[in-house]
Amino acid sequence: MAATKTLHVRVDRDRCQGHNRCKALAPELFELDELGIAREAGDGTVPHGLEDKAWLARANCPELAVEVTEDDNHR
Amino acid sequence: MSTRPPVTDWSTDFDHLDPRWIENPYPIWDELRQKCPVAHTERFMGVYFPARYEDVRAIAYDTEHFSSRRIIVRESPPPRFPAPPITSDPPEHRPAKTVLLPAFTPDAIKSHEPRARAICRELIGRFEQRGCDGAVDYAQEIPVRVIAHMLGIPETEGARFRKWIYEVLELGITDNAALLRATEEMNAYFADVVERRRAAPGDDLVSYLIGTTIAGEPLADKHILGTLRLLLIAGIDTTWSAIGSCLWHLAQHPEDRRRLVADPAVIPSAVEEFLRAYAPVTMAREVVKETEIGGCSFKPGEMVLLSFPAANRDPAMFPDADRVVIDRTMNRHIAFGVGIHRCIGSNLARMEIKVALEEWLARIPEFDLDPNVPMKWSEGTVRGPRLLPILFG
Repeated sequence: MAATKTLHVRVDRDRCQGHNRCKALAPELFELDELGIAREAGDGTVPHGLEDKAWLARANCPELAVEVTEDDNHR
Repeated sequence: MSTRPPVTDWSTDFDHLDPRWIENPYPIWDELRQKCPVAHTERFMGVYFPARYEDVRAIAYDTEHFSSRRIIVRESPPPRFPAPPITSDPPEHRPAKTVLLPAFTPDAIKSHEPRARAICRELIGRFEQRGCDGAVDYAQEIPVRVIAHMLGIPETEGARFRKWIYEVLELGITDNAALLRATEEMNAYFADVVERRRAAPGDDLVSYLIGTTIAGEPLADKHILGTLRLLLIAGIDTTWSAIGSCLWHLAQHPEDRRRLVADPAVIPSAVEEFLRAYAPVTMAREVVKETEIGGCSFKPGEMVLLSFPAANRDPAMFPDADRVVIDRTMNRHIAFGVGIHRCIGSNLARMEIKVALEEWLARIPEFDLDPNVPMKWSEGTVRGPRLLPILFG
């Protein structure tokens, strides 16, 4: 059984001030509302292959509003 | 400014108008970070200067003890000219900012990119064969024209705008009369624009402000004029300074320049790094309630210089903070501030800087500072080159 990690991103909308760094760095993982405030795309599951972008978004948010969590999925 | 008493101790008597601070503040901030880390001066009727990222951040978030009703440190307290939302505190801040946000989202700003690109090409087309002044002939012209385009006013008004900005942000620090005069002139100018737009609305920011509401009520004229003054002042010499600093760096770092020419996809990350290392904007706050941050007690009535440029050079936050690493991957810089007062024009500024560099590097891949003509930095709370003589090729 191979263990693969699935990442999830979440934007804390109380912290987000609309710097737009996450959307610029990982456009597949984030959406902006009409005020430019970010939220995770869909349910926040990070498609395999986009993990680096998720971490990049987190590492560049000045408000510390981007959270990345890891799930262990056993297949 | 040469008549100011010289600074002997940066930690107890700093002066951000001192020629050494204007020329190269980074070693001074390093010293303060190690020594204080919050410096203080009796000049300007009492000002604190936190030099660490974490303290700047803590103050930016703390709207209870630190008010934005005064955002520029001056020699004497000027009459208050509210310019919402930058001078607003909670709870007034949020609605004043929210009405503006839709006009400044990445998508909204993208619609101005073709005009910005055309402006850059036009300016480059006017350069002489030999070289240009990167600050005067290029950097300063771009935001002036872009903001004029967004406000629906003639792009040829640049000289007038620059005079007001100089009077408010540089001269106005020590000369209240200049500040007052510039503010009155701006109000008169924009009152006229507002009146004309009321009669014939267009697809521009002035018409947008006239048409928008807060809690069902249209904005008062005073609010509209304050916001228009803000957009003009905040949107021009900030971006002009940022573009100028990018060119100043690239003129002296052929390895970075050549990499961006060869691989323009690196430009966005380089822009972030230039914003970090050469952040142009220092804001200020007024202490309204006594509190302690960074081991320093802040007394009500005094000001705080909120230096995003100093925060961005803090080695505790950024490894190799004084080195420009154009592909730095972890970059939580706060060139546009942090917290509720995040610069509303950040998407606009980023677009302008990126386009300015793309267009310049595509046509002028090789350039150098002119060794025979000195460059000059601005004096005041926005840092950037005011003269930047450049030779091509």
